[in-house]
Amino acid sequence: MNLERLHLDKTLFAALLGMAAISLFVVYSASARDLDATLGHLLRLLLGFGVLLAVAQIRPEFYERWSPYLFIAGMLLLVAVLALGVIGKGAQRWLNLGFLRFQPAEIMKLAVPMMLSWYLARKNLPPSLGRLAIAFILMAVPALMIIKQPDLGTALLVFGAGTFVLFLGGMRWRVILTLLAIVAVAAPFAWSHLHDYQRQRIFTLFDPEADPLGTGYHTIQSMIAVGSGGLYGKGWLNSSQAHLDYLPESSTDFIFAVFAEEFGLIGSLLLVAIYVLIVARGMLIAYLAKDSYTRLLAGSLSLTFFLYFFVNMGMVTGILPIVGIPLPMMSYGGTSIVTVMAAFGILMSIQTHRKIAE
Amino acid sequence: MLNIPIKDHFRETRLFNARLSVIGVIVVTLIFALVLRLAYLQVFAHRHYETLSQANRVKPIPIQPPRGLILDRNGVLLAQNYPVYTLEIIPEQVDDMNSLLEELGRLVNLNEADLRNFQKQLRERPRFENLVLRSHLTEEEAARLAVKRTYFSGVELEARLRRHYPLGGLGVHFLGYVGRINEQEQEQVDKAAYRGIEYIGKLGLEASYEKTLLGQVGFEKVETNAHGRSLRILERIAPVAGKNIYLSIDARLQALAEQTLGKRRGAVIAMEPATGAILAFVSTPTYDPNPFVQGIDPESYDALLKDPDKPLINRALNGQYSPGSTIKAFLGLAALEQDGFDPNRPVSCPGWFTLPGSAHQFRDWKKGGHGAVNLHDAVVQSCDVYFYKLAVAMNIDGMKRFLAPFGFGKKTGVDLFNESDGILPSPEWKAARKQVWYPGETVITGIGQGSILVTPLQLADAMSALANQGVRMKPQLVRAIVDAKTQARRETEPVIATQIPLKDRRNLEIQIQNLTDVVHTNRGTAYGIGHNSPYKIAGKTGTAQVKTVAQGQSYSEKATPERFRDHALFVSFAPVGDPKVAVSVIVENGGHGSSAAAPIARKVMDYLLLGKTAAPPGEAKPATENDE
Repeated sequence: MNLERLHLDKTLFAALLGMAAISLFVVYSASARDLDATLGHLLRLLLGFGVLLAVAQIRPEFYERWSPYLFIAGMLLLVAVLALGVIGKGAQRWLNLGFLRFQPAEIMKLAVPMMLSWYLARKNLPPSLGRLAIAFILMAVPALMIIKQPDLGTALLVFGAGTFVLFLGGMRWRVILTLLAIVAVAAPFAWSHLHDYQRQRIFTLFDPEADPLGTGYHTIQSMIAVGSGGLYGKGWLNSSQAHLDYLPESSTDFIFAVFAEEFGLIGSLLLVAIYVLIVARGMLIAYLAKDSYTRLLAGSLSLTFFLYFFVNMGMVTGILPIVGIPLPMMSYGGTSIVTVMAAFGILMSIQTHRKIAE
Repeated sequence: MLNIPIKDHFRETRLFNARLSVIGVIVVTLIFALVLRLAYLQVFAHRHYETLSQANRVKPIPIQPPRGLILDRNGVLLAQNYPVYTLEIIPEQVDDMNSLLEELGRLVNLNEADLRNFQKQLRERPRFENLVLRSHLTEEEAARLAVKRTYFSGVELEARLRRHYPLGGLGVHFLGYVGRINEQEQEQVDKAAYRGIEYIGKLGLEASYEKTLLGQVGFEKVETNAHGRSLRILERIAPVAGKNIYLSIDARLQALAEQTLGKRRGAVIAMEPATGAILAFVSTPTYDPNPFVQGIDPESYDALLKDPDKPLINRALNGQYSPGSTIKAFLGLAALEQDGFDPNRPVSCPGWFTLPGSAHQFRDWKKGGHGAVNLHDAVVQSCDVYFYKLAVAMNIDGMKRFLAPFGFGKKTGVDLFNESDGILPSPEWKAARKQVWYPGETVITGIGQGSILVTPLQLADAMSALANQGVRMKPQLVRAIVDAKTQARRETEPVIATQIPLKDRRNLEIQIQNLTDVVHTNRGTAYGIGHNSPYKIAGKTGTAQVKTVAQGQSYSEKATPERFRDHALFVSFAPVGDPKVAVSVIVENGGHGSSAAAPIARKVMDYLLLGKTAAPPGEAKPATENDE
């Protein structure tokens, strides 16, 4: 089969397939041998690959043209979700379309970098200060709306995706340093606006033992799982931390802890290597891209994927606070897998259509 | 590319590539940090987290060992464990809770409080835990449940062992009791050895033999999940039962002595002179130790504390009494051991004694005096003046030197905690208390009054020394320690406490003859118990003043309130020639040693030597005129 003809990047596709295969085994173990859950995961993967295949066929120019409209559609959905949340009293992330429960914030993971890439690519790079300000508003507004849901994890990824575009687009160092200074000054103010549970998670990061049965519990149990795995791991299906219910969210956000416990350092390094390979391949695609829109978008999508798995692994190993970010491709459930695969579809489209165009 | 104006393509590419490189470096750095973190957790800190993981998974559940039993010399149980049954329900295994409770209510008595308490637990506890529905089931209820138990699911009949003293207050003062471990004890005990153990010996042998009786805690290593549910038993280490303790005490003799003392306050010690084995260890009144096991209610405890008879006081061990004339049993021998002492030299007893240059009269108990008495007469008739003069001749240091080896003023070393020392006074002893030794104190020490104090146990032990050829044994309650499982038996070795230094063994024989004549000659103060005794008893009566009688006044028993009457004492051993038992008796405010204390000793001896439990005939005969 000629993958090129299908507009698939060989390296990226192989890495994704390998990751998908591994994830089936890990989900099976982490869900305590729940065959239904494993099948559900397989179906999501198949759906994801289907979306990837479809997205890869479409030329990048199409995405560029439609970027603003996708962004506007995404914003409308976010507003709808927030409005429903107000009516439904409480956290609201989902939009129930009857046949599908749908999380609009997921769209923004793609729509925000697409929108910003489109906007910046319209004029010469580096962008002027005014355009930068507008770009910043374009990413900050959806991010704030997602925080309101509240979904700190997704907001972080959306904001990260936008930031990558701005950075790669050549945002001046002077501006970057100024913004960093402002963040440093504004941090205490932002702190006061965090939810108690969000603040507590940050406290916990610094001293998980302080409240071992409270907020520190997840971190401690997760570190126990990873640490007790040792060099070679306890073997597949032998994660006692997960199977005896000590590890919370073992098949979703903390699935890497199960993996690390069962497959040890060697397995963990292999998994990290596959993730790094995917990110590196994405960055290479960005490097090879020929115009500003595609290289900005490819770079941002690759780096957002990096942010994705790094934040998750960081929280599982106790070096980052607990934010609800699943491990891409691995974690069970949610619509994130579709978004991630769509992003890879776009990367492949950028890569394969460039070659064909040449 | 279509709607993008022509730009400086080369410059844009260079800018993008530079930015991509910067971020590439950041990505590599962060990945490196993550790898380091993984290596730290999984290699360097692996052992730590492995341990934590095991600790998560495996929970050791302690299994209580049964506490060692305490039995008397004939195997009569004095302290045992009996099962207390508890009815427990595991809610998740019950289909219909209401009908189950209804059915159980027909088998056992369930009151409102039980049900309320159970409903409360039902709301608050996890559904897989055992919840107590009723504790302290009667034997009958437990039996009924045991039969029907298989019909119910989720119903458990748990048996826990509880300490019980089947004979109630009998021997409580040496037996002691166990009670719940309090916070202070929790701090002191070895935490590992006491895991899961609720009770600890508080008093008596239960305390002094705690280590022997305790046994070893067993463990079940149970795999549990995060909610505490036990999944399976991984390993079981059986508990080792505490060792059983056989006492030299004879429970029947103990009961006889306690009953003979009756409602009077007092103490009786009976021991084997040759071994120091204690046969009876009595302090009255006694009290029931059983309420103390579960924690006595404050009202009952208060009542015991406020009881004017002070039942909680261990008189045998901690009661410190003036020995009175019983000291003459030992000082008589001291006299014989004096260089150039002539036991036959008569000493005049006018009924009083004064120190040179003093007008203070030290009176004899017998008004008008005993006339001319030699040592034999002085011991037999308990002449005070003779011993006043002896005391002055020996001086306090001489008396102390002689009495010390008998164990006075020192713990006997009996296998119980908190034994009292008694007091063997001396000028140094008073000087240490910033007090002056008066010559008069030397005088009254001669008749066992003044600062000198002895415990009933010391008296019995000292008397045993006389009986045992001057070898004083350490008194011991425990005869053997037996492993409950292997039946391996470790006998207690008799321990020599002191050897009384004697210049001439014949002096001991002379003094024993004197003491025998106290009981068996009609002038003897204890003739009341000796005139009809089929075996020979050596003994000495004593009367200890509780209230000082002023100069020029006389003591009248009838006119003195009971609490201020003299204490009655008697020390003895029998049979003379082959002593099997030494007995000391103290009856507080009992009056005279001859009439109150000696008959009790006779009863004890009759039981041991004749196998008789009938009332000693001594009681039938009225006290002789020689009533000390």
